[in-house]
Amino acid sequence: MTDFFIVVMAKYNYWLYIILMMIGLYAMIAKNNLMKKLVGMNIFQTAIILFYISIGYKIDATIPIIENAHGGGHGAGPLVIHAADYINPLPHVLMLTAIVVSVATFGVAMALAIKVYQRYQTLEEDELRMHIREK
Amino acid sequence: MKKTALLIVCLCGGLLLSATADFPDWGYPSSPASTHLSNHYIEKSMEETNVPNLVTAVLADYRGFDTMFETAVVFCAGLACLLLLRNSNHKKDRFYRHVPTGVILRFNKNSTREPGGREFENMDAHWVPDDLIIMTVCRILIPFIQIYALYVVAHGDFSPGGGFQGGVIFGSSLILLAISYNLRTALKRTTEKVLGIFSAVGVLLYVGIGLLCMVLGGNFLDYGKLVKVLPVDPGHIRALGMLGVEIGVGITVMAVMVVIYVNLASKGQHDEGL
Repeated sequence: MTDFFIVVMAKYNYWLYIILMMIGLYAMIAKNNLMKKLVGMNIFQTAIILFYISIGYKIDATIPIIENAHGGGHGAGPLVIHAADYINPLPHVLMLTAIVVSVATFGVAMALAIKVYQRYQTLEEDELRMHIREK
Repeated sequence: MKKTALLIVCLCGGLLLSATADFPDWGYPSSPASTHLSNHYIEKSMEETNVPNLVTAVLADYRGFDTMFETAVVFCAGLACLLLLRNSNHKKDRFYRHVPTGVILRFNKNSTREPGGREFENMDAHWVPDDLIIMTVCRILIPFIQIYALYVVAHGDFSPGGGFQGGVIFGSSLILLAISYNLRTALKRTTEKVLGIFSAVGVLLYVGIGLLCMVLGGNFLDYGKLVKVLPVDPGHIRALGMLGVEIGVGITVMAVMVVIYVNLASKGQHDEGL
């Protein structure tokens, strides 16, 4: 039992993102309202973003901005940079763009939802199916 | 339906959770993600690009091509929003308030007449009285938000920030104006035409800098070649190229955020919103 807890404690970031991701997936599959499905999709995206950010983390490392880069500090001597002192910048770059793109695509999704509502006067999936079948 | 969904989700989650046993521990310094390329970025990017903020260096230089298309995706999303929702033909009854007396005139949707004089103001059908506190606070706050946005873009090479973040902050300041006053006031300041032009200009600026580098004899987005046209220290030329690219990203993101908000809030009619 203690072994299990040690494993969970060392990897609890993955556990958190998987739980969050499954909440989003459940909402996307089971919810009837299109807006709730979109909220589920957003939760799913957030889980992925958290996963990437947690991958970039290193123990005892600081943010990926070089300290005393242009002289300053204690001066003297060339700048020595150790990779272990700074967290991995690549996941941050990928997620930085992913966040903005997800906001923009969410806007498009809501525009589509508004168009669907204007045409059928409903956002409930079963009612939409009924309307489509009648045609 | 709900039970099937729950079953699928539990199965999927269980599989993923059992797979975490093979993952490296959280924050383990020599995990696969932090070994190969990441070390090169951290140790070499300072001497290669002279930009202390590694995120900006990777975003705008090493992965500049990727970021260009991300900006294009944001531009396309704004365009899609506009094309889906924009509807300028839809006619509604219009309301005008005579400011000194408070008399409200209603114009039928088919009439083309406008009340003369400056004493009339166009108002929403679902009119809410102006809130003095909210309007005053926002009027004071918005310029500072915009200055901060410009700082975030301009200082993105040396501190946390960059085009995406600064663009979103600037866009949110315009959205705040639309929320605290009304949509018409915000659209009077930044018209639809300006927003459309800005969202395209940002992408063009990015591509233009890339093409300029090609014209000067380098590869696409090889900022080092810009030293032939800009009189600056060759050591800082890459930082300057990145700044130009980030400004392009910021302009596009700012315009697209406002375009998305305006179209969603007014269902494409640009007359009244939240």
